[in-house]
Amino acid sequence: MQPLVFRSLATASSLGQGLDATAAALIERRSGLAPCDFDTARIDSWIGRIADEALAPVRQDLARFDCRNNRIAQLALRQDGFEHAVEEARARHGARRIGVFLGTSTSGILQTELAYRRRDPATGALPDDLQYATTHNNYSLADFVRTYFALGGLSVVVSTACSSSAKVFGNAARAIAAGLCDAAIVGGTDSLCLTTLYGFGSLQLLASGPCRPFDAGRDGISIGEGAGFVLLEPAGRADGNRTALLGVGESSDAYHMSSPHPDGAGARLAMSAALRAAGRSPGDIDYINLHGTGTRSNDTAEAKAVNDLFGNDTACSSTKGWTGHTLGACGALEAIICEIAIRRGFMPGSVNTRTLDPAIRVRYLIDNAQEPPHTVMSNAFGFGGTNCSLVIGPAAA
Amino acid sequence: MRVFVESVGLIGPGLPGWQAARPVLAGVQPYAHSALNPPRVDILPAAERRRTGLPVKLAIAVGQDALAQTGRGADQLPTVFSASGGDGEVIHEICETLAGPERLVSPTRFHNSVHNAPAGYWSIATRSQAKSTSLCCRDWSFAAGLVEAATEVVTGSEAALLLCYDARYPEPLHHLRPVAEAFATALLLTRVRTADAASELSIELIAGHHADSPVLNVELEALRKGNPAARALPLLAAIATGKPATVFVDYLGDGHLRIDLRAS
Repeated sequence: MQPLVFRSLATASSLGQGLDATAAALIERRSGLAPCDFDTARIDSWIGRIADEALAPVRQDLARFDCRNNRIAQLALRQDGFEHAVEEARARHGARRIGVFLGTSTSGILQTELAYRRRDPATGALPDDLQYATTHNNYSLADFVRTYFALGGLSVVVSTACSSSAKVFGNAARAIAAGLCDAAIVGGTDSLCLTTLYGFGSLQLLASGPCRPFDAGRDGISIGEGAGFVLLEPAGRADGNRTALLGVGESSDAYHMSSPHPDGAGARLAMSAALRAAGRSPGDIDYINLHGTGTRSNDTAEAKAVNDLFGNDTACSSTKGWTGHTLGACGALEAIICEIAIRRGFMPGSVNTRTLDPAIRVRYLIDNAQEPPHTVMSNAFGFGGTNCSLVIGPAAA
Repeated sequence: MRVFVESVGLIGPGLPGWQAARPVLAGVQPYAHSALNPPRVDILPAAERRRTGLPVKLAIAVGQDALAQTGRGADQLPTVFSASGGDGEVIHEICETLAGPERLVSPTRFHNSVHNAPAGYWSIATRSQAKSTSLCCRDWSFAAGLVEAATEVVTGSEAALLLCYDARYPEPLHHLRPVAEAFATALLLTRVRTADAASELSIELIAGHHADSPVLNVELEALRKGNPAARALPLLAAIATGKPATVFVDYLGDGHLRIDLRAS
């Protein structure tokens, strides 16, 4: 596929706001995880939370969109000159030529969860102040961002659980290739809510302490929240050194709704499709940012798939020990971590992981490695057996 | 974008499958409303079938309806699922549980709460490892799905299956999100004209509001307005009629799709 440069990036998560804060936490190995203190949740687990004080209400003219999810999105959009970059792109291409492709798994469902505590005791009705369409509905996120930037082109939400905001890179690449837009805002946002805290708890997939991806003693995920956005544009002549999306691969497990294929068959298909789309071979990949949730089954299956395709020489790690599993936001957030790794010339290891699972036969980094990666891969997989891999590297090979 | 429609799937009240619905949508048989029965989805393993809600059944059944009319298998076929929201029954039960004292969320309900549950069950049922996406664009989910499926086809895939579906939410959610009656449709799009191709579509996304094209009669119009997936009805009627036609579909209120249909 045609390389699409990361013209601008923006993020917010439990690691902090913006690229510098995120990079500093990665380099200084400061995890964003802490014991769960969200709302009224009585959950024996750790979370990657953004402090409430950081979450300002959404812009006044967009008050109908106000909810934790869109507040997190707005917090990210205000970082690293992203707003300015979108304004410039709008001036270059026109408001109708910039597509918005965003991923979320639970959008603003927290609003509805809270409203269910305030139902009319006589009729069961929900309170009138619940704005379903612009908060709870999955499309709310893309609607909010499109309206925030006064854009008028394509706009859609991909909601494929934890692969959502990786897969949007594919939607954007196809739309640009088809001539439907000239640039795209891609990314995703997910926010803490009781549905996911208690839901993953019911599946016994929550780690008791901070998650420890690929550790012999790993026992589940830590749920995080966050947002990542990337402004994508076809590479111009001066963009050779800029980091770009080089390939996207997508596949389905066709195995189980909430467990990955035990051999990582679907994951392998997605990774090889991404390499094919990028015109790269496994030997061209210097580092893989794994999905690496920290569950027994995910990490075992993903390692098998990586070993099968790459052998055990390619450096890889999961950064979820830092951020927690940000669900529908993790694809975009980890694509941004990949860009940070390339630009700052290091490979993140894995915080909280102490003893590598001896059954896993990949070159898994626990410590950060001071080796500058050139071309990298980022994996994101989700419930329903949905898999997506991205290849990210310099626009010109 | 120019694509071909190889086959169509349809399930709605009084519209039990494309073959039965086609003469109704072509205007040669009268439309008679009757409540939709949840479709059987025998291709799902029994254990999975018991766990699925109406949106999953609608999506699988309407996809099967479309594939039954061609020789094409599901295993290599990319899919685009599009719905204005998730499974309302599941969301209601989870939110009700979370508002109660015990908060014992059912693990099955939780994994069924993901927007891509129909896509997950479809891939399990058909053993398809092909790429698949699940979109939400609220009231414009049919238009967004059609654009995505056509984009998939014009940028490289030989064919793609679009599946659009929406079901009624239970109260108290229904009051906030009044989807009237369940409706689902599938369009199997191909890049080149195939022996089965029913029609050729030229799809253009145009700036500016344009009212939706209406469909046939007041009963079908009510259906169209009551369910985001049923916004496909004017296009389905044009395909059923098999004559050149132009159909407009609103896109996000500030744009629209112009679909020019030529009989194949």
